[in-house]
Amino acid sequence: MAKNDRRDFFRRSAALTGGAIAGAAAATSAARAAPLAVPPTNQEPGRIIEESAYGVPSKYEAHVKRRRTDVLKNRQNLSDWSMTPLQYQPGIITPNGLIFERHHAGTPDIDPRTHRLVIHGMVKQPLEFTMDDLVRYPSVSRFHFHECSGNGLTDWVKPASTTVQQTHGLLSGVLWTGVPAATLLDEAGIDPKGKWVLFEGADASAHTRSVPLEKVLDDTLIVYAMNGEALRPENGYPVRVVIPGWEGNVSVKWLRRVKVSDQPWYFRSETARYTDPMPNGKWRKFSMVMECKSVITSPSGGQQLKNPGFHEIRGLAWSGSGKIRAVDVSTDGGKTWREATLEEPIMDKCLTRFKAPWDWKGGPAVLMSRAVDSTGYVQPTVAEIQKARAIAGFVQHHNGIQPWAVNEKGEVRNAIGQA
Amino acid sequence: MPSAKPSLALAAAALALWGCAQMGTGSGGMAAKSADGIPLGTSSPHPVQPLPDKPRLGHAISEADVAAWNIDVRTSDGQGLPPGRGSVAEGREVYAAKCVACHGADAKGGAVYGTMVGGIGSFTTNARVLTPGSMYPYAPILFDYIRRAMPMDKPQTLTANEVYALSAYLLQLNGLVPADAVMDASSLPKVQMPNRDGFILDDRPDTKSVRCMSDCK
Repeated sequence: MAKNDRRDFFRRSAALTGGAIAGAAAATSAARAAPLAVPPTNQEPGRIIEESAYGVPSKYEAHVKRRRTDVLKNRQNLSDWSMTPLQYQPGIITPNGLIFERHHAGTPDIDPRTHRLVIHGMVKQPLEFTMDDLVRYPSVSRFHFHECSGNGLTDWVKPASTTVQQTHGLLSGVLWTGVPAATLLDEAGIDPKGKWVLFEGADASAHTRSVPLEKVLDDTLIVYAMNGEALRPENGYPVRVVIPGWEGNVSVKWLRRVKVSDQPWYFRSETARYTDPMPNGKWRKFSMVMECKSVITSPSGGQQLKNPGFHEIRGLAWSGSGKIRAVDVSTDGGKTWREATLEEPIMDKCLTRFKAPWDWKGGPAVLMSRAVDSTGYVQPTVAEIQKARAIAGFVQHHNGIQPWAVNEKGEVRNAIGQA
Repeated sequence: MPSAKPSLALAAAALALWGCAQMGTGSGGMAAKSADGIPLGTSSPHPVQPLPDKPRLGHAISEADVAAWNIDVRTSDGQGLPPGRGSVAEGREVYAAKCVACHGADAKGGAVYGTMVGGIGSFTTNARVLTPGSMYPYAPILFDYIRRAMPMDKPQTLTANEVYALSAYLLQLNGLVPADAVMDASSLPKVQMPNRDGFILDDRPDTKSVRCMSDCK
């Protein structure tokens, strides 16, 4: 696959640049001012291995951090969020310390020895589980994207955010490990009349959502590990729900209770919060699938292209409706498009990486990406979404195409609503 | 739920491939919508567990054991509302003691949160107004949310009577119940909220973009 990938890359790059890259290479072959010196790290021993330690990134990577929004002033920080620095994420997996956070009453510190998970309601036998019980069940590991329904809500019609961390950073890629929810519900014995499942957290908001039983039995996981280690406290330690491809809010963290019923509960979060305004004065409810979306992470807002010539356009694409089938990129604001190369692995409801070579001539350009998923759904522009929905205020479920404008100085800016 | 039981060899093969999560990818047999019409997206079912017997590690408990955790209210009809009662006047006192610091006088907004009054009719303008009169189709949402999450610095400490009283007070400030109203498990679900019929089921996909490659727009 790598071989095809490379051949494909050169074919596209040659077609695109028409030999301009070769010219640029010749131009950079002048001698440097002084010959290369032997670096001091070659000439003195490095640090020894500590007896035990948890590894941390290089001190030179200290700028790669989650951060809270810089678009809004949150007057309290208990119901708050932080965002993933996607501009620094080279692959499809987000390191645990960089996975975005969203919670409604702070992060609890829960002792796994005393934590209990209960399943009750319309079941034959209510059950209680310890963490030791849960990890003994046959386990499943699956790669999935995780996205907050509010990702991008500040940037529908005009730029508010500078970087891709602020426009798209309520998004992470994670390898989740846990037990299929179906395994535990099957043990409790679901009443044939059961149709909906409540998940509730042990946090100070006792956050809760109603989820259709079909989705819970299909692919929902009760998860205790992420990316090869225990869940982080801010991501639900010691146990949470993961509902693949759906808005992050339904994947309840710090899970303490699962209840089966024959109807949804219509919690506050299901009417007042995670609903979408429609042009006829109605609001759309239970809009839970995160639709097909992509974003260019490099070059992206706030970055600076140093020189004309070769640049690789890189980005991420994902869909709550299946796999990514294709991603197209445009460098002229959407007038012409060409297909990017997708990088393996391409997995269901998972981040997929795309790449396209680009010869920047040094003039203004507008970069865009457009993803297509395995159902054939094509990522829309904001203008196309506006024909169907009322975009007024902080509206959720934004999967519109993101334009980045490059000026003649190489400065990259958020151009949503302007391209 | 796992339905078919593959042979042991098949199950082993499934296990070997598990890490790639490439199985069951969208062409699975799951219905596109739930029994209630909720779009579910595509299916990605898990491989059948290749175990001869289910582990059965859960510990049997009774509903009585869960009573202190069993705080959910089905807000459309009030199922799950506890015994107790509270008046508008009592709610005003509880509010002054435990809510006013964040939500402000008469629930019109304070240092931290915006107003909980007004917004009736705001659906027609589409901007989200986070008031019970606008975004709560059912009055018991007030009870469920206050009981589970308020006050923010000490949630799940209010008594059922206090939560009923606060519900009555907030509904009265919004002009939805009279000043002498008393809320309990019977009266609260009967309060008619302005936007009871203001919500529609998810009907996406609602865009039909085409994959134009040249001379677009």
